[in-house]
Amino acid sequence: MRNENHTQKEEFNITVYTENHIGLLTRIAIIFSRRKINVESLNTSPSEVEGIHRFSIVMTETAETVRKIAGQIEKQVGVLKVYFNTNQDVVWQEMALYKVPTDVIAERAVVERLLRENGARAVVIRKDYTVFETTGHREETDNLLRVLEPYGLIEFVRSARIAIIKDSEGFHRKLQEFEQSEPHDEVVENEYLSSREKVFTM
Amino acid sequence: MLTKEKQATALPKQATSISGAEAVILALLEEKVDTVFGYPGGAIMPVYDALFDYTDRLNHVLVRHEQGGIHAGQGYARASGKVGVVFATSGPGATNLVTGLADAQIDSTPLVCISGQVYAHLLGTDAFQEIDILNITTPVTKWNYQVANAEEIPDVLAKAFYIAKSGRPGPVLIDITKNAQLQQFEFSGYQPCQHIRSYRPKPVVRQEYILQAAELINQAQKPFILWGQGVMLGAAEKEFRAFVEKSGIPAAWTIMGAGALPSRHPQNVGMLGMHGNYGPNVLTNECDVLIAIGMRFDDRVTGRLDKYARQARIIHLDIDPTEIGKNVPVTVPVWGDCKETLPLLTELVEPRQHTAWLQQFRRYNEQEIEAVIQEELFPTSEEMTMGEVVQQLNELTGGDAIVVSDVGQHQMVACRYASLNHTRSNITSGGLGTMGFALPAAIGAKYGAPERTVVAVIGDGGFQMTLQELGTIMQSGADVKLLILNNRFLGMVRQWQELFHERRYSFVDIASPDFVKVADGYGISGKSVSKREELRGALQQMLSHQGSYLLEVMVTKENNVFPMVPQGCSVSEIRLS
Ligand SMILES: Cc1ncc(C[n+]2csc(CCOP(=O)(O)OP(=O)(O)O)c2C)c(N)n1
Repeated sequence: MRNENHTQKEEFNITVYTENHIGLLTRIAIIFSRRKINVESLNTSPSEVEGIHRFSIVMTETAETVRKIAGQIEKQVGVLKVYFNTNQDVVWQEMALYKVPTDVIAERAVVERLLRENGARAVVIRKDYTVFETTGHREETDNLLRVLEPYGLIEFVRSARIAIIKDSEGFHRKLQEFEQSEPHDEVVENEYLSSREKVFTM
Repeated sequence: MLTKEKQATALPKQATSISGAEAVILALLEEKVDTVFGYPGGAIMPVYDALFDYTDRLNHVLVRHEQGGIHAGQGYARASGKVGVVFATSGPGATNLVTGLADAQIDSTPLVCISGQVYAHLLGTDAFQEIDILNITTPVTKWNYQVANAEEIPDVLAKAFYIAKSGRPGPVLIDITKNAQLQQFEFSGYQPCQHIRSYRPKPVVRQEYILQAAELINQAQKPFILWGQGVMLGAAEKEFRAFVEKSGIPAAWTIMGAGALPSRHPQNVGMLGMHGNYGPNVLTNECDVLIAIGMRFDDRVTGRLDKYARQARIIHLDIDPTEIGKNVPVTVPVWGDCKETLPLLTELVEPRQHTAWLQQFRRYNEQEIEAVIQEELFPTSEEMTMGEVVQQLNELTGGDAIVVSDVGQHQMVACRYASLNHTRSNITSGGLGTMGFALPAAIGAKYGAPERTVVAVIGDGGFQMTLQELGTIMQSGADVKLLILNNRFLGMVRQWQELFHERRYSFVDIASPDFVKVADGYGISGKSVSKREELRGALQQMLSHQGSYLLEVMVTKENNVFPMVPQGCSVSEIRLS
């Protein structure tokens, strides 16, 4: 770790596989709050494995801090596995909803064109308002926001980020390893240590 | 004492209908718990009711405050190596556990605390004595869980014990609603827990790191071992000693590690950190390889991190991977239980004797003796020093006692100077520094190690924080020797005010009652001495007294603990005066 430049902050995606236990969210949240680290976004949902929950957490920090936080999270009883990745290592999406007055949309064809250009679609069309949806990276959802603002945007909401790790086979196999009563020799407890050169240097 | 006669109750073998409360007691018996510390109340009454039928097999110590109960549980765990068990009621009973939980969490002490909770249907309604203890204790427990259904009790308690004692130990709190305690259910036996899929107590040992560590050690010219409580938590004292002796490397300890290697061992070069010894602190910044074993580079040990052992390659052995590289960058991380990793390492290290290097520690030690230790242990001043009391105590106990210390100057003096022949002999609040810890912890230590002499060294300030536990001693008959070092000040704070706040002694002048009379009120014999001629005799009397005894020694008012690494300084800037 010595001689490495860990002062550069960047966006990280933390993926946490957990039991579906009450109180785990608090335990995970405390790990961030006690270090005064802001969570940029947090999503929790079921995973591909029944009964296993998946958290997606986004934060901007140094790799060193993220490594420590990931370790602290993984240490909690009820947490099965933690991965952390930079944006290059994941496929990620956020969803946004925009509410605009319908009369403006109807009157101005230009808005429709803008929506099409921004890959948005209408979710609800009422007499008084219309709700559009778009999904994508931050720049994309921000773009539409900027475009719609002059047209009397009433309400806007964006979801937490969800991310899929590019280089991952899912969690089924990993879970089988954890379920064996004796931990298997080949179970690598904390994978970030496999890339030892990146973490510890002589 | 007990008025009720009861036949020894056998554990039900087949499925029988029992209450949740009884399931709690059966679980404790299955876990071979012999002593519980606790205090009853409305929400835990069913458990107490069930206990009433098992008092022939489960000893319960009624404390005077739940904080006393949990510190007693900690003392028990630290002296015995077993899990300490504590009962408390809901609301105020449970919140009174928080300090002890925090203390146990930071000092890795295995505890299972069982708190009562209001009926499940009242949860979240601000019912009488309802408190959200789960959320309050989340940051200070290794694990916590609320039970609202009796059927869960056997499995949850099995999990609680397993989590508390395995891997890096810690405190667990199980909150049980009153309806779950009362509920009858089909109990079909107790299964101890051996595996939880989302909990891995030990990392897998990696041979490659052992090899790298051994190579570094074998090439080193000035290797230095720092050890902490991990050696004891892993019950690896023998393995540790074998490593120290084969490698010939000087070894220094954190206060939590004191006693894992006897004080007089020739390679034991002393205590690390803020009030540690001169040599080990200075030479930390001279060694070429630092081997940290079961310690966590606390800021009280490292001082300024950016000036800490920058020249050294660091090998860190720890069961908790998140400790490795947390504060100090590490060259070789040796993951694992040191009971497993140390023998692997010992096998690979070459037998050596680092005579010249050890000699450097001795030279610094001579300087320290001359500047500090001689006058502290054998004062020429009229008034008594804390150090001479500890020194006399060492001579009389031969270093065989368990020394439980409170927090303050007397703690640093006790830890520095107590001679410890045996492991698990130094019990103190290391990470949290909780005043009021020693009296109840000493009671617990006596239950954890009944055959040993337990001496609590306590300041006049700290004693008044949990003085009510004299009532526990009175009632339980626990034989603990209370040694109060009275300097009529909140000494450690006064020392800081003297050194760093231009002697502005803001609220550190503390008045005390007549401690001997107070003890007398509890039926505990005692004495107060202020003359050197009386000291040895009084200590002798205390030690040979049948049962508990309180000895107050009036010591110099304004003595300072030196050496000292001032806050924000590097360990090599340690001051002798
Ligand atoms: C519960 C708690 N409150 C406050 C402190 C801060 N504190 C640390 S040492 C100390 C003074 C202790 O005085 P005393 O018990 O008389 O021991 P001495 O230092 O004089 O030996 C204080 C107030 C603490 N450690 N714990």
